[in-house]
Amino acid sequence: MKRKMEASELIFKIVAYVILIIFALLCIYPLLYVLGSMFSSSDAVGDRAVVLWPMIGSNGEYHIGFSGTAFLKAFQDTAFWVSYSNTLFITFIGTIWCMVYSILGAYALSKKRLLGRHGFNFFLVFTMWFSAGIVPQYINYLKTGEAMAAIVGAGSMYDIDLKWLIVIAMGMNATNIILLRNAFEGVPSEIEEAARIDGATELQILWQVYIPMSKATIATVALFFGISRWNGYFWASKVLGEGSEGQSYSWPVQVKIRDIINKETDLINIYSTDDDHLYANAAEGTSVLYAMVVLAIIPVLVIYPFIQKYFAKGVNMGGVKE
Amino acid sequence: MFKLKYDDFLIKNEDGTYSMPPEQIVRDETEKNRWKNTGFTILKDWRLYLMLVPMILVYLLWKYMPMTDLVGAFKDYNTPGASQVADYRWFGLNNFANLFFGTDAAEFWPAFRNTFTIAFYNLLFGFPTPIILALFFNEIRSNVVRSIMQVCVYLPKFLSTVVVTTIALLLFRKGSTTSEPGILSQFLSKLAPNNDVFQEALKGGLFYSARYFRSLFVITELWEHAGYDSIVFFAAVIAVSPTSYEAAQIDGAGKMAQMRYVVIPSILSTVVIMLIMKIGGLLSVGYEKVYLLYDNGNKATSDIVATLANRWGDGRGIAADMANNLIGMILVLGANTVARKAANVSLY
Repeated sequence: MKRKMEASELIFKIVAYVILIIFALLCIYPLLYVLGSMFSSSDAVGDRAVVLWPMIGSNGEYHIGFSGTAFLKAFQDTAFWVSYSNTLFITFIGTIWCMVYSILGAYALSKKRLLGRHGFNFFLVFTMWFSAGIVPQYINYLKTGEAMAAIVGAGSMYDIDLKWLIVIAMGMNATNIILLRNAFEGVPSEIEEAARIDGATELQILWQVYIPMSKATIATVALFFGISRWNGYFWASKVLGEGSEGQSYSWPVQVKIRDIINKETDLINIYSTDDDHLYANAAEGTSVLYAMVVLAIIPVLVIYPFIQKYFAKGVNMGGVKE
Repeated sequence: MFKLKYDDFLIKNEDGTYSMPPEQIVRDETEKNRWKNTGFTILKDWRLYLMLVPMILVYLLWKYMPMTDLVGAFKDYNTPGASQVADYRWFGLNNFANLFFGTDAAEFWPAFRNTFTIAFYNLLFGFPTPIILALFFNEIRSNVVRSIMQVCVYLPKFLSTVVVTTIALLLFRKGSTTSEPGILSQFLSKLAPNNDVFQEALKGGLFYSARYFRSLFVITELWEHAGYDSIVFFAAVIAVSPTSYEAAQIDGAGKMAQMRYVVIPSILSTVVIMLIMKIGGLLSVGYEKVYLLYDNGNKATSDIVATLANRWGDGRGIAADMANNLIGMILVLGANTVARKAANVSLY
């Protein structure tokens, strides 16, 4: 029997739908706007004529259309693609590196027979409570860079490729290790014992029993690491010297995009109307900037559907431990 | 190879048989061999300990080593003739004294107040919004519609801070005499056509106005996190058994009464836990985002302790950041203690 809906229930439902639709639209509107601006003519971008659809035309006469100029300009920008490949490198190698030590460590921590287990856990969790702060971390990264230079026999840290410093020394995340540890703790110990009786070594047990049995968590954690690598900005920009061209050939794409904004604030704040040339340049630069932002988002959008089905689970596991 | 010999425990009789020793002796022997046994266990499981080594090394080198540089907070960076921190003269707590009461107080306290204010607004709006979203998501019966909406609202969480701030700056950018300001500024200016201060701020780029920075910052935080944060609450809401609703309906409960007496009590423990967690992380305001939005125009409200420390980069900066992080740690540990006492859950 279908129950008749009460008035209060109906109102609540309508309110829920309306607010959720508005919120969801607000969440994607900025992205659609950026996409629309990317395919607009630079004059339309400069005159803020874009609302959602790509606009073309000039001198105040705009209509919906399609212009690939900005995209082509971004596509031909060598420095941008260098930074893009740097980010790909950092994301790929950096994620593998983080996963290797995280999985090994989490596996050991998940074992009840590990002596000093509580101590090691505390060692890890303490870093979530207290961090040394920005200045000490910066000093430490500089020291690391010098040490790496000394190891390979280079004069100073700016003689070596600092991408490796980013890959090895950054992107740590204790929460991810705890997620992995919890997943490994959930694997029944009988399976491990059976494998051990069959003569499997520790690494074989990890590789052939634990990893296949915690695939969902491992995928989630790898994607979390990957996304944070792709998005990493602050330390990369500090160490690689944004603005000073310190090591611009190693810049990741986020640093590159921010550098464009820092150097040419006109891109965002075109104010000059007296200087037509500057105005046109800035407008064009802005539409190229839109294109670069879109290119920097695309990999995240490609991976996103794959994480989406996992991360509800991941969040629940990571939040609370009873 | 590393086994204890039977002779260590058993008593050998004269006729060559063994008999069990009295309990006390076994206990004493075990106690005597305790360190020996520990050593054996470690040696037997050496692979397990080897597996820990890379993680421990990484954390030691890049999480714990920086803590040794905290020593800079107790050194005088203006030591004449010294070029390295090691050569600087000891300064005792003078850096802290200067921050709190002395020469740097004029910069430190505003930054500290901004950190707290932004964090507080973030909590005030950032905490209830995901709960409300989760309650609303529960109203949507169609899985397809709900999934589409969820995809949209989770997405901003995965964009980088640089991308988020770039888009935000572009949407609210300055106008000029001939051109309008950014698209959202145009929209907002239609909402409040008579508010001159607001109109002026919109023209000059909303992010560069100290007056509106905090509101705007909290809105971008909501945009980024509210959808994703609703996951936890949504999981709690859908765990409420349908029979509870039915029982309430039979008793004549309307929607509001159901909310009040069925849903809220069921998700209360999750809400309390998440609230405590949020309070614990109160002071870790996303400094990367503030750093990227920082500008001369908005520094009166946007300068937080982390950006100040970054700008100073010396003993004062280390001391300021350290004070901030210590308060943060006290909040985390306090929140965890409360959680353990109140809800019998420990977050760590």
